[in-house]
Amino acid sequence: MSLETARPRGPHGESAALAFRATEPGRAAGSAAAHERSPTRGRKPRHLTIGRIGLYGFVAIAAAFFILPAVVMILTSLKTMPEIREGSIFALPESFDLTAWIKAWSSACTGLDCDGIRVGFWNSVLITVPSTILSIAAGATLGYALSFWRVKGADILFAVLLLGAFLPYQIFLYPMVRAFSMVGLYNTLFCIVIVHVIFGLPIMTLIFRNFYAGLPVELFNAARVDGGGFFRIFWNVMLPMSTPILIVAAILQITNIWNDFILGLVFAGRENLPMTVQLNNVVNSTYGEREYNLNMAATILTAAVPLLVYFVSGRWFVRGIAAGAVKG
Amino acid sequence: MTAPRKRLSTATLVLLPFWAVVIAAYIGTMLWTVQISFTASKLLPVDDYVGFAQYERLFSSTRWIVSMQNAVIFGVLFITGALVLGFLLAVVLDQRVRFENTLRTIFLYPYAMSFIVTGLIWQWLMNPGLGIQKTVRDWGFESFSFAWAVDRDMALYALVLAGLWQASGLVMALMLAGLRGVDEEIWKASRIDGIPAWRVYLFVVVPMLRPLIVTAVVLLSISVVKAFDLVVALTNGGPGISSDMPAKFVMDNLFTRQNIGLATAAATVMLITVAAVLVPWIYAEYFRKTRKGAAA
Repeated sequence: MSLETARPRGPHGESAALAFRATEPGRAAGSAAAHERSPTRGRKPRHLTIGRIGLYGFVAIAAAFFILPAVVMILTSLKTMPEIREGSIFALPESFDLTAWIKAWSSACTGLDCDGIRVGFWNSVLITVPSTILSIAAGATLGYALSFWRVKGADILFAVLLLGAFLPYQIFLYPMVRAFSMVGLYNTLFCIVIVHVIFGLPIMTLIFRNFYAGLPVELFNAARVDGGGFFRIFWNVMLPMSTPILIVAAILQITNIWNDFILGLVFAGRENLPMTVQLNNVVNSTYGEREYNLNMAATILTAAVPLLVYFVSGRWFVRGIAAGAVKG
Repeated sequence: MTAPRKRLSTATLVLLPFWAVVIAAYIGTMLWTVQISFTASKLLPVDDYVGFAQYERLFSSTRWIVSMQNAVIFGVLFITGALVLGFLLAVVLDQRVRFENTLRTIFLYPYAMSFIVTGLIWQWLMNPGLGIQKTVRDWGFESFSFAWAVDRDMALYALVLAGLWQASGLVMALMLAGLRGVDEEIWKASRIDGIPAWRVYLFVVVPMLRPLIVTAVVLLSISVVKAFDLVVALTNGGPGISSDMPAKFVMDNLFTRQNIGLATAAATVMLITVAAVLVPWIYAEYFRKTRKGAAA
């Protein structure tokens, strides 16, 4: 089998880690047929029964629980402080006032600096982009090596990494701080990026290993017979088939790294504090009168990037959750 | 015989930097932390070994004991709560309700946001003077109390509530994927036998979803152990130490109180606790089964 004929298998490889999606149409058809016979009992009765009303009641309450905090957040950010003090937290703003948003973005204060949350935004961009790319590259390489190449001790390496994924950061942090200080890298952009790559390695390795373990071994063997080496097979055979898992990995890492607080707090240094750290400083360490509208605007701005990823990626986001969970 | 040898060496070489990272950044730092915990280190690590003195100090510290108790209470309530709520949401979405996609998006979106954002949103909702409490009291319910984050008795439950809001969608997404995989024949059979749907869910479907439930428990447990961001953003461990957590105890003693001997002892206790649960699980999950996909 040549490398060329091997490639079209790609779409099937995807289903290994992400199989659940494919089951949906089948199930829908099956239950539709079942319904012809039993309209009142089972999973989807046709007319309104008491159970059905209760069901929608529960849905409504649950939806309110999840959506109201976001609604309140947006409403608060659009109000003026007198409005906030006098009115209900659920009341609509009297006018569409973006002052708090502009202030949050460009002149909110963290301690003595009043340059707004945009400083943290750009720091987070500078941290997230290289960290995401490097950790995906590292995880893909290691995941591929662990799936297809038999190397002595690889099992131990993987076991230690897995264990590392679950351990609290507190057990690693202090010696890392000391080590980075010794080589003069502590509190630099480079430092926080390296730390993100190190702590991203377990989950990235896991999802790539699971993905490659789902690909047919014959594919690899054929490439071997054709004389492919470690990197050639990786680059020419595996990577072209890896698009789905690369997207999943990117979604996971962008969200994780953007949402990180503790690593940024410890390793990034004053000049590179990510947006989450800056946001917490803006909201939780203001002296004098608190500006809740500004706080909420800053909070929305900080959540905006992962939320955008979530809404744009749709089902891929769910796949990301499942990819880390499905065993190889 | 030259080909296999060469092949081995390329892959082995590629693995070398990863070994370096794992040995230095994971194993090395871990051992170093444990080593510091047996010294009298305060601001900087020193080689003055004091045996288990830091551990004795640790377990005679009220703050540490409260932190551990809080972690257990928070962990139990948060994990059970998220499992129950997440499963209910998944079952509801599995009933062919209208607007299923919209609802799923609504249930899951908080999971995309950080614990810092989650904490700050709920801090505002629980604001004693201007939050939901004030609004509901203005409606005439004078005794309504929702200022949990600043209430010594309720601060821990404020963390649970905010945590549930953020993470239940995760369980919902996992469970829904599992429910969609349940064979339609099971539903047909149960209808013919006249078994109510809730019993089928509880006694047939839940056991079938066991692997997914285990996964969800593991993922949720990780957030419990790592519970630092949410605490910092919502209650900052207060009022007093009423909502303190082990992770925060370690961070405070490491970076603000210059008590690194005590902090590393606490971190070591966290490590032992987590490892005691994890090692058997990882072994069962990843190494007992025959490995597939590895070529010779």
